Amino acid sequence: MYSGTTDSEADGFSPRIVAFFCNWCTYTAADLAGTSRKTYAPNVRVVRLMCSGRIDPQFILKAFNQGADGVLIGGCHPGDCHYKEGNFKALKRSMLLQRMLEDLGIDGKRLRLEWISASEGEKVQRVINNMVSDLTQLGPLTLFPGTDGSFEGALQEASPMEHQMEVEQ
Amino acid sequence: MSKPKIGFYWCASCGGCEEAVVDLAEDILPVVEAVDIVFWPVALDFKRADVEAMPDNEMAVCFINGAIRTSEQEEMAQLLRAKSQLIVAFGSCSHMGGIPGLANQFVRTDILDRVYYDSQMVVNPDNIRPQEATAVNGDSLSLPSFDGAVRTLDQTVDVDYYLPGCSPPVALIVQAVTAILEGKLPDKGTVLAPDIALCDECSRKESKPDELSINKIRRPFEIEINQEDCLLAQGLPCLGAATRSGCGAACIEGNMPCTGCMGPTSRVSDFGAKALSGLASTITGEEEHDIARRLEQLVDPVGTFYRYSLPMSLLKGRAISDKGAKA
Ligand code: SF4
Ligand code: SF4
Ligand code: SF4
Ligand code: FES
Repeated sequence: MYSGTTDSEADGFSPRIVAFFCNWCTYTAADLAGTSRKTYAPNVRVVRLMCSGRIDPQFILKAFNQGADGVLIGGCHPGDCHYKEGNFKALKRSMLLQRMLEDLGIDGKRLRLEWISASEGEKVQRVINNMVSDLTQLGPLTLFPGTDGSFEGALQEASPMEHQMEVEQ
Repeated sequence: MSKPKIGFYWCASCGGCEEAVVDLAEDILPVVEAVDIVFWPVALDFKRADVEAMPDNEMAVCFINGAIRTSEQEEMAQLLRAKSQLIVAFGSCSHMGGIPGLANQFVRTDILDRVYYDSQMVVNPDNIRPQEATAVNGDSLSLPSFDGAVRTLDQTVDVDYYLPGCSPPVALIVQAVTAILEGKLPDKGTVLAPDIALCDECSRKESKPDELSINKIRRPFEIEINQEDCLLAQGLPCLGAATRSGCGAACIEGNMPCTGCMGPTSRVSDFGAKALSGLASTITGEEEHDIARRLEQLVDPVGTFYRYSLPMSLLKGRAISDKGAKA
């Protein structure tokens, strides 16, 4: 059972995770976790895809743009992908994306890739609970002002420059 | 019948787009004959007051280049919008945020600190900063305010068409102006360039393998670049597959990889993510550490994949929450 509490949680923050799961492995495993009552934190919205190789990095950025605090990718173990190399493509893309996200001020823990086979219901539970605790510690993801199209934060911040005038003596 | 009136304006821009208009050379003559240029601060002596004095919709079209960073640029964009029947975002900066848009990787105060205090080139012991209002001999001098973000033109005012490119290719400018004068325009919001990938018009596409495998990412100065073969196949991050065509593959003709100035095709929502995806998939390696080592060879992913489009992207700039993330 998921039962940990942290400071952020006490503040009422509960992270939102978008999970992209491969139909053949992790999605089935998540189902198994459900039917065998291995409860995991209810913070995850699962999107089912036919292969982790189908995950376009645009989907991941879209998830962050729409308010996700973290994105989890679940694919078949190396050698087990039904489309041969799909999981390797997912790995390469998420490794480079993770690096670029860090350059854009987004902690690497917010994007996680795990190989989880259809029988590993327990791993689904463990990974999700672990990710929820990492994200809870990080707190909510706040993107560059204007990501919602309003630029309100950014333009408000452009108040007169006077506050810059502390002269260092 | 009087000639249609047109205007040109620049915002956060390098001047290259203005140069592109001049580069039209004799191609511009029929245009100049067919129109009245009523506003073009770079070349002709018109002032803001002249525009303010115009009735609304006076100009048939106004071409605006450059991104939006200051209050003045925003005011001018709004003014020109009111006075023009059509607004064309001209060039990568106006279309997608462009090179100035890379500044969205930094917060406003850090930029001002860097430019007016920290830079090795600056001697400013009293930390004097530009002010929006300064009293001089009883008068008040004013400067525009510096926004917290770089925006594209269409994040600021309604835009009718886009002429992509850094700077837009002459042939596309002539085509666009002709279409406007003849009233043969596509749907509002269209990017006035072919909606296919640059690889399709690249003279080296025959040498691009179907399944690319790159085991070393290179920078142009690191190798002697073969003049015939696909640049991506040579390990140079050429973004032709993610980029819209229409420039005649100008950089590839100059033996340099495409950096994506024409922006994405209409089927892509985030140029950088798309370009990253394409490059990452070609990297060889079975083991995570091999893949990681090869990906490390790519210097500056943000500058590579979002060179012209950070403000237009889904993330728009550097996130502000994760203090621990690498600076
Ligand atoms: S699009 Fe390129 S040429 Fe035009 S203003 Fe921007 S940087 Fe300069
Ligand atoms: S990747 Fe670059 S060099 Fe290769 S075909 Fe495409 S545009 Fe041409
Ligand atoms: S090759 Fe790429 S970077 Fe060069 S002009 Fe064409 S679109 Fe722009
Ligand atoms: S089929 Fe599961 S990752 Fe490809």
